[in-house]
Amino acid sequence: MANRVAIVGIGQTYHTSKRDDVNQPEMVAEAVRSALTDAQLSIRDIESVFTGNMETFEGIFLPDHGMAAEIGALGKPGFKVNTGGTTGASAVAEGFYMVSSGLYDISMVIGFEKQDCGDTTAAISAAAVPVWAKGAATGAIGEFAKQALSYMEITGGTEEHAAMVRVKADKGACRNPYAHLKLGLQSIDEVLQSPYLVWPLRLLDFCPQSCGACALILATEKKAKKIHKKPVWLADVEVVHQEPFRAGVFGDPTGKETYTQHVACEKIYKRNNITDVRKQIDMAEIYEPSNWEELNLYEHLHFCKKGESWKLIEKGITEIEGEFPVNPSGGVISTNPIGATPVIRVAEAALQIRGDAGEHQVTRDTKTAIATALGGPNWTVMFLLKRSL
Amino acid sequence: MATVTEKLEGMDVWLYHGQIYIPNTFSAGAVGSRFLIELRDKKRIMGMRCPTCNRVYVPARSICKDCFEQLDEWVEVSDKGTVLTYATDYETKSIQPTGSPIVYGIIQLDGADTGFVHMLGEVDPEQLRVGMRVQAVFQKEREGSILDIKYFKPLA
Ligand SMILES: [Zn+2]
Repeated sequence: MANRVAIVGIGQTYHTSKRDDVNQPEMVAEAVRSALTDAQLSIRDIESVFTGNMETFEGIFLPDHGMAAEIGALGKPGFKVNTGGTTGASAVAEGFYMVSSGLYDISMVIGFEKQDCGDTTAAISAAAVPVWAKGAATGAIGEFAKQALSYMEITGGTEEHAAMVRVKADKGACRNPYAHLKLGLQSIDEVLQSPYLVWPLRLLDFCPQSCGACALILATEKKAKKIHKKPVWLADVEVVHQEPFRAGVFGDPTGKETYTQHVACEKIYKRNNITDVRKQIDMAEIYEPSNWEELNLYEHLHFCKKGESWKLIEKGITEIEGEFPVNPSGGVISTNPIGATPVIRVAEAALQIRGDAGEHQVTRDTKTAIATALGGPNWTVMFLLKRSL
Repeated sequence: MATVTEKLEGMDVWLYHGQIYIPNTFSAGAVGSRFLIELRDKKRIMGMRCPTCNRVYVPARSICKDCFEQLDEWVEVSDKGTVLTYATDYETKSIQPTGSPIVYGIIQLDGADTGFVHMLGEVDPEQLRVGMRVQAVFQKEREGSILDIKYFKPLA
């Protein structure tokens, strides 16, 4: 039987386009100090440190190279993971494995990305596999445009529905002190007037490139109760792999029905006896680089029946004050420091459970939440968080 | 990207030769930038002292590796120091800052607790030795780069 694991410290930087005032390690240190303050721990209490960063996005190799001081890792075990969009979630999963296995009592996981240093789309395209991918390399935008088209064709959802999701995200971001894009959108018309990047994806339909870091401190049950008066339990974790260049598996040639999300849900919901997601789970922080993808995810994560996700946004169900809030933080479409992004999903879900989300605290009393991540290789990482076990 | 085929027992197999281009802009940050400005404008090599363990880091950095202290006590260290170790490269590539041979050294500057990686110049490779005393030679035209120090030369 694995040990129980709780989040006992949460810290993030503010997120923005440019951080000329700090180098990358210094930016990461801000999140580390913030998590230590939240946990009221000293760096000496941290036994191991695991990091996540999308190497090549900053145009240097081993961005964690000169970072032992800034993450407090001198002489400690730990390593960096890089799994595409899920990178930060892989780091959280790694920390979870380490603590639940009993190897360490207190571990820190950190996700970071300083996108003012590099060119994410250039890195994705330039370093793509030459044989299958390089000729068709469009970065992430083309990929999500294709998903948006499939979504419209199959479900009958419209650009107006996607625009409603975008306005919802902005409402959350404007209330979240750490969020990057705070546009103050008043109506869906502002979204529908934004120019197309790759039809049907508009400029406002896609996430920004952000600089930022997010750190979590994880502890065993015994330590957790002493460290924080409101520990949040990482009740379950699932990591599902796929390969990126043969998207259509199992009768789904468009890749819309993301296989890994299906597998992750099946496992997590089954193990935790969840049959009615919106009833048994109180809110979700999901990985939606585009508002269109959020609509897709409502279905894939079983928040609604197939083809009905646009009804959730139409009825306001996923709004902050709605029956089942999704991404009250403003989500990935407002803030995307790649390696940090999935860690932020977990952090934000945990803040909701603690009741510490401040202005963007959801109306529904949150005892249980899910956080998810997806990435380039079509991998899914999914977490179930709880206030009490 | 050039595509070439090579023969493999009666069939062609494809190899993709390419070069990857990824633009980047590395931020030195406020502390790193001040270090470079001091080199450029005053030919001074600056370190940072940790108030807890008293170590002086050169080049200056903002956080102590051992204590996790946020550092802000700037100290000027000497332009003279001692060679701790070195390596001579006779097969230099275009990525390297000077032509062949290039002598890399780790130098502990007087007043610093850390090794400083740079180049040694005006030195006969036969005369190189650990423990050698050296002094920084600055470029005439400086631009705020670690290469504003041209190299370290042996002290007479
Ligand atoms: Zn110190």
